[in-house]
Amino acid sequence: MRVYLTAVRLSLRRYLAYRSSAAAGAFTNTVFGCIRAFVLMALWKQKPEIGGWDLADAVTYAFLTQGLLAPMGVFMTSTELGPRIRTGDVAVDLYRPVDFQTWWLSLDLGRALGGGLLRTVPPVLFGALLFPVRLPSSPLRWTEFAVCCALGYLISFGLRYLASLAAFWTMDERGMSSILVALGMFCSGLIIPLSVVPGALGTVLLHTPWAGIMQMPINVLLGTQSGGVGYALAFGTFWAVLLLAAGRMLTDVARHKVVVQGG
Amino acid sequence: MTTTSTTDPIILAEGLTKAFGSSPGRFRRRRTTDGGFTAVDGIDLRIAPGELVGYIGPNGAGKSTTIKMLTGILTPTSGLLRVAGFEPQRDRVRLARRIGVVFGQRTTLWWDLPLKDSFTLLQRLYRIPPDRFGENLAYYTAALDLGEFLDRPVRQLSLGQRMRGDITAALLHDPAVVYLDEPTIGLDVVSKHAVREFLSDLNQRTGTTILLTTHDIADIERLCSRVVAIDHGRVTYDGSIDDLRADRDLETVVRELYLGRSLVDTTE
Repeated sequence: MRVYLTAVRLSLRRYLAYRSSAAAGAFTNTVFGCIRAFVLMALWKQKPEIGGWDLADAVTYAFLTQGLLAPMGVFMTSTELGPRIRTGDVAVDLYRPVDFQTWWLSLDLGRALGGGLLRTVPPVLFGALLFPVRLPSSPLRWTEFAVCCALGYLISFGLRYLASLAAFWTMDERGMSSILVALGMFCSGLIIPLSVVPGALGTVLLHTPWAGIMQMPINVLLGTQSGGVGYALAFGTFWAVLLLAAGRMLTDVARHKVVVQGG
Repeated sequence: MTTTSTTDPIILAEGLTKAFGSSPGRFRRRRTTDGGFTAVDGIDLRIAPGELVGYIGPNGAGKSTTIKMLTGILTPTSGLLRVAGFEPQRDRVRLARRIGVVFGQRTTLWWDLPLKDSFTLLQRLYRIPPDRFGENLAYYTAALDLGEFLDRPVRQLSLGQRMRGDITAALLHDPAVVYLDEPTIGLDVVSKHAVREFLSDLNQRTGTTILLTTHDIADIERLCSRVVAIDHGRVTYDGSIDDLRADRDLETVVRELYLGRSLVDTTE
């Protein structure tokens, strides 16, 4: 267990070593938070209530999603594992006396914690100062939000880990990763909140694993999750367990079938 | 004649074979391989504890594939394989604690972090007792002259420094067997010399079994008493270096060996 904690710690430290990069990222997240907030405000001024949200909910959503982008890895093409499979460096990881999936989870978790520390607060704080952002004060609500975020993170890792593993068969993870990013941007509610997508498409979108990454934790924080916190927790747990189990199975298959590239 | 030993071999391979692209199954790679080929084709190998063996052959002969099987990361298609009493693929995790690997063309170190952080991680990875870890790190820091760059991020190290870091990383947990896959590649003459002296000393001081892959004839001449050569996945020579070079220089003999000419029968 200690080896994984050490891996998380070192990975976090590595992330924190690149502070100017994180600052640039936080700045960009904030700028796009403003743009997205203006778009949603224009929409909500036309229709003051859509999908159970008022204007303050929508603006809060815009800045919270911007804050969650980095830790949730929404724009990340895979994990750092993908390129290592492509170049064959994975040979080094494969012979180490650790559980392969837990090892990569630890490294990615360190990265996510770093993103959470440096890139989540600035956009949300900026939004709270200059826009009608409305955040709850109940500690219980924030705790529930944090748990849902943790599950959302596991879903995100589960998806990206599967995309990375695909490189064992496709020889290059980049195609699979591009598909994943494009799908993820839309399905996680980054372009428009999933709760305002109408009809059957909206229903489908609310049931894909991506819904659990940002939309549901934020619904829980805003107190607008249909079915309540219990539903969000069950949904997140279901997808996290399913994706991690699939990753574990595929890891075992890969171990027996892989070609480690390069001499 | 091949080396015969009364002790149990620490590396034992019988009919070891690895074929790519011809395995049945749903995930069969149809387009990416041209019909499949056999990278390692029935290798027999017995290496006794404490031996320092040069494992040579032209590019694509199957050396790296063999080493990947010896570490347990590739599953042999057929044949028997035992390393330190373990079946590599099945007992991969337990075997990993007994072996060390240096991939000359890859690094096991953490690119963005100071060298010593990679060593800290390895201490946890291999559960090295703190006393032992401290002793070993002090020893290798002195022997390989790591002191001046222990605190520097690995990406800022020269190739020679990085290689010394990688060699230390492979040895901190006192492995019984070490595979070195081109450990002197790209190094200048001084660094090469330092690495060779270090490996020779390691082998004599601790009795660590070393399997060395290299394209540098001088590595072989300086370090190895025994040479195993392979080509097209088959063993083409296994014997002492003195028998191999006999009355000619080693480079000529190795070139002929690689070109696939039949050797003058010096082995019997």
